[in-house]
Amino acid sequence: MTHAEPHQKQRLAFVLWGPRTAGLLVLLFLGLILEVLVASGIADPSIVAAPSEMLMSLERLFTKDNLGAAFLITLAQALSATLLAMLIGLPLGWTLFRYEVLGRAYRGWLAAMFAAPLVLLYPLFLVIIGRNYGTTITMGVITGSIPVALYTCEALHKVSPTLLKVGAAFNLTAKQTFTLIQVPAAVPDAFTGIRLGLIYALVNIIGIEFLIDFGGLGRVVSTMFFRYDIPGMYAAIFFIILISLLFLTVLKKVERWLRPV
Amino acid sequence: MTATLEVRNVSKTFESDNGDRIQALAPANLGVKQGEFLSIIGPSGCGKSTLFNIIGGMIPPDSGEVIVNGVSVSGPHKDIGMVFQEESTFPWRTVLDNVAFSLEVAGMEKKERLEKARHFVELVGLTGFEHHFPHQLSGGMRQRTAIARTLASEPRILLMDEPFGALDEQTRLLLGDKLLKICDALKQTTMLITHNITEAVQLSDRVAVMSYRPGTIMRTIDIELPRPRDSELISTDKFAAYVGQIWEDLRTEADRGMKAVGEA
Ligand SMILES: Nc1ncnc2c1ncn2[C@@H]1O[C@H](COP(=O)(O)OP(=O)(O)O)[C@@H](O)[C@H]1O
Ligand SMILES: [Mg+2]
Repeated sequence: MTHAEPHQKQRLAFVLWGPRTAGLLVLLFLGLILEVLVASGIADPSIVAAPSEMLMSLERLFTKDNLGAAFLITLAQALSATLLAMLIGLPLGWTLFRYEVLGRAYRGWLAAMFAAPLVLLYPLFLVIIGRNYGTTITMGVITGSIPVALYTCEALHKVSPTLLKVGAAFNLTAKQTFTLIQVPAAVPDAFTGIRLGLIYALVNIIGIEFLIDFGGLGRVVSTMFFRYDIPGMYAAIFFIILISLLFLTVLKKVERWLRPV
Repeated sequence: MTATLEVRNVSKTFESDNGDRIQALAPANLGVKQGEFLSIIGPSGCGKSTLFNIIGGMIPPDSGEVIVNGVSVSGPHKDIGMVFQEESTFPWRTVLDNVAFSLEVAGMEKKERLEKARHFVELVGLTGFEHHFPHQLSGGMRQRTAIARTLASEPRILLMDEPFGALDEQTRLLLGDKLLKICDALKQTTMLITHNITEAVQLSDRVAVMSYRPGTIMRTIDIELPRPRDSELISTDKFAAYVGQIWEDLRTEADRGMKAVGEA
């Protein structure tokens, strides 16, 4: 058995690292192809930027165009929007769970809104609130609170009936059942909603920033676009993708911690 | 203080979504004496859990009543502690915090309740696992955690619904030994639901045999085996005679159950 172990370890390492390495390699390969296409003149450099040029523009974006500050501005907006989305979504989800009639009447609507491109509502807020953080954060709150409410409601519905029976057997009051059983049991699933809420808020805030040329990361992309700085624009987009990936990874980690197998 | 339990003419019919009516319990009668260990045995699907849930006040009966210490009750009763058939530990609490749950609800001081919980953790043989979470334990250990959690509330009447149902035979026998010791020490009135004949004979003062659906108590058998007992008892002739006698009663019922499932 002992001589089989290193082999198994290798296999395990391959399983763990294989897909990631493969993914990275494919990305590098595609980058290389793009590089060659642009260098050979097949791809128009006024539409696509060579990856090398794009990466080099990143530094310029940080030093000259305050990409770091833009990131912090977007981050602050996304976090405050998520916080507000939780303040709205958590009680809303609970209400839809608690009052079954309301739940049956509105869960479908909420699910439909979750699937709709709410970003199209921005002109409305632009008119009502103006071209300021009020509009970007409001859009973040609206799009973010929907998954929070939906998943919270779902999470409360999913609480194991056996655990509720345990509470009843111990003569818990309704309030005790809520705080000691329903809430902790619902936390992992509700957190999935909060994770989606944060991602939705982030995506929508960046999108609106781009559309109204205001705020943080989205504004940087729009500035580069208006400046016809194509490598700079792709560099900013690349940075946004990196940030999103980072967010996703961190949130997934938290979620796994909340939901041990 | 007495802790007696009586089930009088309790019946229950369920209606499924498509309108089918399933009579789970025909009027069932049963009495458990102070300090007695009674097992209810029957083929699966015969209404054991339904009876358990009615006695524990989880669901109302269609007719009849449950009488605790001479008083008719509806809903959960503070003297009754329940151990459920399904997974029931709180996954977000450690073993110790699971066991201390009822004490926490009762408002007991942290130091005091953890000390008391430790005692019950030891009683079910989980010392060393106090700070483990349920997902880090085996199924048997989780079930022992659930038992300790119920015991810690010191119920005068302990109801258990197939607590060892999902365990392998060896683990089950060893846990049976543990349970015997615990019951000898605590001397509470106990009602155990099981589909395992050996387990029923090993642990009980009396075994009630249930018929297949609609479930009702067909008869009860006194198990006159000396106490204290342990799992060595199962190799004796007297033990085998009891097992044979109960199997004789159960065989026809189990057969009916199999046929009913076959038709469905
Ligand atoms: N809530 C319910 N709704 C409909 N049918 C039920 C319900 N609970 C139990 N039953 C039915 O009642 C019968 C007895 O179930 P149960 O008491 O769980 O049996 P046992 O515990 O002896 O296996 C089964 O046929 C089961 O399908
Ligand atoms: Mg059952």
